[in-house]
Formats: sequence, C-alpha cells, structure tokens
Amino acid sequence: MTAIAPPPAADAPPARPALGDRLRRFAPLSPTLAAVAILVVLFVGAELTFGNFITPRNLSALLLDNAYLIMLAVGLTFVILTGGIDLSVGSVMAFTGILGAKMLADGIPVLVVLPAMILGGAAIGALIGALVQYFDVQPFIASLAGLFLARGFAFVVSLSSIRVEDPVVLWLQSTRLRIGDWYLTPTGIIALLVVAIAAAVLRWTRFGRTVYAIGGSEQSARLMGLAVGRTKVIVYLISGVCGGLAGLMLTAYSGAGYPLNGVGTELDAIAAVVIGGTLLAGGQGYVLGSLVGVLVYGGIKSVISFTGADQSWTRIIIGGLLLLFIIVQRLIVARADRR
Amino acid sequence: MTAAPVLELRGATVRFGAQTVLDGVDLRLLPGEVHALLGENGAGKSTLIKAITGSVPLTAGAMLLDGVPVRHRSPRDGQAAGISVVHQELELLPNLSVAENLSIGHEPRRGGRIDWRRARRSAAAALDDLGIRIDPASLLGAHPRSAQQLVAIARAVAADARVLVLDEPTARLEQDAIAELFRVVLELRDRGVAILFVSHFLDQVYEVCDRVTVLREGRWAGEHRTREVLRVELLEQMTGSAPAAPRPDAVGTGEPGAGMPHVVARAIVGGRAAGIDLELAEGEIVGLVGAVGSGRTALARRISGVERPVSGTVQIAGVRRDLAHPRDAIALGVVYASEDRRAEGIVDRMSVADNIVLALQAERGTLRPLSRAQRDELAESWIEALAIKPADPSRPAGTLSSGNQQKVLLARLLCLSPRVLILDEPTRGIDAGAKSEVQHLVEDLAANGVAVLFISAEPEEVVGLATRVVALRDGLAVGSFDADGLTVESLLAAVAESGDD
Repeated sequence: MTAIAPPPAADAPPARPALGDRLRRFAPLSPTLAAVAILVVLFVGAELTFGNFITPRNLSALLLDNAYLIMLAVGLTFVILTGGIDLSVGSVMAFTGILGAKMLADGIPVLVVLPAMILGGAAIGALIGALVQYFDVQPFIASLAGLFLARGFAFVVSLSSIRVEDPVVLWLQSTRLRIGDWYLTPTGIIALLVVAIAAAVLRWTRFGRTVYAIGGSEQSARLMGLAVGRTKVIVYLISGVCGGLAGLMLTAYSGAGYPLNGVGTELDAIAAVVIGGTLLAGGQGYVLGSLVGVLVYGGIKSVISFTGADQSWTRIIIGGLLLLFIIVQRLIVARADRR
Repeated sequence: MTAAPVLELRGATVRFGAQTVLDGVDLRLLPGEVHALLGENGAGKSTLIKAITGSVPLTAGAMLLDGVPVRHRSPRDGQAAGISVVHQELELLPNLSVAENLSIGHEPRRGGRIDWRRARRSAAAALDDLGIRIDPASLLGAHPRSAQQLVAIARAVAADARVLVLDEPTARLEQDAIAELFRVVLELRDRGVAILFVSHFLDQVYEVCDRVTVLREGRWAGEHRTREVLRVELLEQMTGSAPAAPRPDAVGTGEPGAGMPHVVARAIVGGRAAGIDLELAEGEIVGLVGAVGSGRTALARRISGVERPVSGTVQIAGVRRDLAHPRDAIALGVVYASEDRRAEGIVDRMSVADNIVLALQAERGTLRPLSRAQRDELAESWIEALAIKPADPSRPAGTLSSGNQQKVLLARLLCLSPRVLILDEPTRGIDAGAKSEVQHLVEDLAANGVAVLFISAEPEEVVGLATRVVALRDGLAVGSFDADGLTVESLLAAVAESGDD
C-alpha cells in the first residue's frame, strides 16, 4: 500500500478521441494558421482599397522581389527550431554576393564561382555551428561573431560595388517563365524548391525530427540517443548555405555585388520566421509558415508602396505585428506550461 | 536457475576528477528477473544507471553484455545494445506527438521517408499492449505528467529492450497506475527481460522484485534475494548503521488549536480546486492527502500567493488578504515549497549558499544586500543544522542529491522565519535517511509554533507526522480527521466513505 487512490472512476475515458482532442492535435499549427489569416486579410484588404492588388503581375513580383528573403527565412527556420538564432545571415548574403561578383569580374568561370559562393556561406555557418556545439558559446554571440566576420570579409573583397555581367547569373533573374499572366524566374523556382525540400526534410527525415526534438528538450533528445551534436552544427551550416544562395539571388536581382547589402536583413528574416508561426524558444514551427511570413512582409512593403507612403512605415508595421505575434506566442506557451 | 547474466558490472568504477562516485561495484542482471537497486541519495545509483546506458564512461572495471566486455560511448550505444531507461524526470519531448515520442530514433520508413501512418499504428499497438488509453496522434505536452510517464515506459518497452532500467517510476503515480505498471513489469519479466528497478519504496521492492543490490557511498554493500532478507537488514546496509527507532507518538508536539486559526481559506476555486475550505492553526501539522489531480497543489499555491484563486477568500491572522504574488504571502510569513524541485526550487548553477539566502535577499530588496560574511554565516549554520551533505557552501546546488536539495530549499524558506510553512510533497524521491530528517525538522518547527501544511502521497508518512489530516477528492475537501488514533486503514476507509457520489 503505497499511495492513496480514489475509488475507480465510473466513467472510463472514451476509446475514440473526442472532437475536442482531435482539434487539439492541430494546436501547434495555430500560430501558422494565424499568419495565413493575416496574409489573406492583408491581400483582400489591399484589393478592396486599391483595386489592382491581387493581380498575377503583382503577386508574381511579390515572390521574386523577396526570393532572397525566402532563402534566408528557410535557413533561419532550421536554426530557430532548435532554439538557436543566427544573426549572421544578412552579412553572409552580402559577403557571398560580393565574393561572387569579384570572382566573376576576375574572369573565373561561373561554374567555379557558384559553388564557391555557397561554400563561403557554408564555411561561416559551420564555424558558428562549431562555436555553439563544441565551445558552448551562446548562439546569439557565436552568430554575432559570424556577422562581423562575414561583413569584414565582404569589405576585404571590395569596398565598393562590383557589377556582374556574367550571362548565367543574369539569366537567373531576367528569364521569365510565363504561365498566362503569371511569371516566374529561375530564382523564384529555386526559392520555392528550397522551401519544398526543407519542408520535406523537416517532416520526413530523422534529421528533421531531431531538429524539432532539440527544440523541445535538448537533454531528452540526447538521452533518447539522437545525434544532437551533429544536428546542431548542421542547422547552422544550412543557414550559411541559404545565406550563400541568398547572396546569389540578390546579386542576380540587382546585377551587382555590394558589400553593404543586407545590413539588418537578418532581422527582417527573423521577423518573417516569427510571424510565420515558429516559436523563438524552438520546437514548434514550419518552413511553409516562414514562407507565409515572408509574403506578409513583402505584402506590407507592396501595400505601403501602393499608398505612396514612406517605406519606413513598413518597418513600423512589421514591428507592431511582430510584437503582437510574440505576445500571442507567450500566451500559448504559458497556457501549455500551466498544465 | 543459474542463467548467465545479460548485463554484468565487475568492479565498476567512475571517477570525476578527484571525486570517486562509484568504487568497484558489482552488479548482475539476469534475464527474467526484476532486480532492485537500493541506496541513499548520493550512494551512486544515478551514476550506475548512466554507466549502464552509456552516458558516462567507466574509469575502471568492466561491463559485460552476455559475457562479452563492451564499452558504451554514448546513450546511442546503450540503446543499440538493447538497454532502455525510463528516467525519473521522464526526458520526453512535449512538443511532439505521443506516436513520435514512442518511435523517434527508430522510426518506420517507407521509400526513404518516415512512414507516419505506420508510426501511429505501431504506437497505438504499443499503447494498447500496455492498456494505456492515449491518442497516439495527440501532443505529448497536452497530457498530465502521470500519462506522460506511462508513455515513457511504453517507449522503453517498444524499443525491444533486453535490459530495462526504471528510475523511481512510481514516484508520481496513482495506485491504479502503479498496479498497472507492476503488471507490465511482471509481464516483461516473464518475457525474459532483465529489469533494474530503482526505488525508495521498500514495500514496492518487496512486492515486485526478485533480487536487490544495495549501494552505499559509491560502494557495493550487498546483494540478496528479496525473500531472504529483512527490511531492517537492507536499511542497515544502506545507511551503515541500525536505523533510528521511530519516534514514539510522532504526532505533532505543538499545541494545535491554541487560539484561533492563523490561516483561514474559504471556498478556494482555481486549477483543480473546486471550492475548498481549509484552516491552519499555529503549531499544527495539517497533512493534505488526495489522489493526483484532487487539488492539493492547486490549493497550496492559492493560499501562498503563487497563483491567484479564481474565487474564494484567504484570511491571515484574522485579516482578509489578497495574495497576488508570493511576495505578498512572504511578507505575511507564509512560504511555499513547490513539488517541482527542479523547475521551481533549486537554481542549479548557483552555489548552495546563494540558493539558501536567495529568498531572504529577495525580500530585503536590491538596496540592502547581504554582506558576504552574513551570507556565509547563514549558509554554514543551515548546512550544519540540516546536515546538508556535502557541507560545501560554494558547490553548485545542482550537484547535490535530491534529499540534500530539498534541505537547501527548506533552509531557504526557514531563513525567512516563516509563520506558515506550506510543503508540497517535500519528501518525494528522497531517501529514507533524509526523509526522516525532514520529518523531524517539521515536527520541531511545529513545536515552535509554526503552522505547517504538509502535502504527501504517502498515507503512512502523513498519519505518522500530522496532527490533523484533510483529505481531498476531485477538488473538494471530503473530510478532516484528527490524527489521534488515526491509522492508514481508517484514513483510507474514511476517505472512501465520505464524499457524496
């Protein structure tokens, strides 16, 4: 006799889950669904106000203008899901962009330059990952170091912008695949492809599930025998690679590399990820949500330019939205804790 | 009879720097046997488990699996070898589904990707096998701790373990769940699994274990068959000396009822509490009993300012008070010790001394810091008074055993010179020696006029310690019983009778 027990309950729990339980399964989706709702409200509202917002031309432009941000957001999603953060992505984007431009201007063949850009991003990512995992440095500090390093490297490569004339790179942005009135560029396709691959990895591979596990409880994940250390390094590597790809996209988009690109862009990317429903504490979130977050961000920018107001209003509105989302996230987490 | 051991430790030694945590320990786990591991906190049980699973390497000695020496470098090696652990602190992933918690690490695959439908189906089968009614697709974090613990056990079972280690599995379970757990444990034993059962509850050890190994201060202190050894012998081996005779008439020695009750709570509603009345007089030790979910913790937190009641009133010393924050309660001399020592008690990385003076310093505020001398003096005097081991005030509190951590928490509260002490399962998961020290301390405090509310899941402990026992069921108080002449049987009978169904 070791514990007090009540007389057995007369009503045993039902064998099939009740509707309430069924719906509760989707609870982790709710922040992302909220983001989708905001996106719909934004677009519909803009359409009603301006009349020509939801057009194939406008929406296609939305994707392509923000392809680089989608890349950054995807990479960041991996990192944030593990409970970490990567402040270096904007600088990595600038560094790989200017590096690529310089290499092309020096006559190095494009087939060497493209992998070099990605490797540049991967190297910085791997460095941050190693600092976080093997030296137990806080991700904030480690990625801050990465930020300064990448920015420094960018200036070492060149102090001023370098035009890109290489046809392959320019092809990435200038080619339009037309489907009716809609159009897509290769950069857009790459961005969507990366989103799809990332979503598949997170859902269907052990690596992806380990990412979520680390975000839920790193200690438990380790005790369950998951490859925690390796996964933590790899997520930063992924973020770096995405930074490299974003550098490529931005260079193609603007036709030049510029060492001062992307100052503060990491913050836009983080905002997009958070708005998209990924908890900053880790363990919950989806890359598709981050895509929605980028579209919300781009949508707001687009609406602001429609109104003709100053672009700084974008930042103000994003800031307000972000605050709202974080408060909502706090409430969700607090409710879960109270159980 | 003389089956070969599945897992054997010979002379297992683990050293961390200059500290020897395990010293030449032998252990034999035979298939189809439930083997208990006994020992006081700090005796090395957790380290032994970590050595078996591969979390910690052996400094010396050998581990043999089926007679072959092995070397585990990580928990993954341990799992691959068929060794599964269910930890005291669960160590699950609350942000993922139940099915995923069961299958992660060995998910079913189809065409290179994880097959979620198969994962859910095998999770449902594994849960059914153990009679656990949980929707495999639901989020683990949505379930109460007791259910999560059953999932932890199901996970270990589903991994086809040859060796199953259960670390204090019953500490938070209701009687039905414990019975269910034992059924599963015996079922696994009959299937040939070797089970290592770590527990402080001697009753349970005798109920379900075939063999027992005792550790003391990191060394092997004895191995017996449970039916060939007496409890007293086991206690002696654990502590190294004959256990102290229980205090005669260990009912509170204070003068309960002398004067009007210090704390009067009426119709408290909030959390699982559905309208509870409670009175606490100075010098009283009120034992609060009830099943998991009956509202004990909910009540305790709402009369100590940790959470605000949805409705109901709290009177302290005759004056109605709105306790919106623990600070308000502390200012009135009412202090609360949480049942969740890890999350709401000890600050792991801070030293023992800093942990002890934490609440006092918080009460004094930033502008009146305690001097280093004051802090050290307070810490040392409490370490001595409560026999906190190791007696080093600068050690990080997270390195202490649970029993000593509980004493640190009590020291912290006592620094505030409280008039009302609300203790939520203070002796859960701590060894017999520390447990009786805490109980004696509570009696001494009551004798000095402190009002104590003592929540416990063990009726024996409550009946032996309290002056009055209040029983809760389903969020309501179903009876208040004077401790005079109360026995465990009469308490349980009274609880079953009273309360309208």
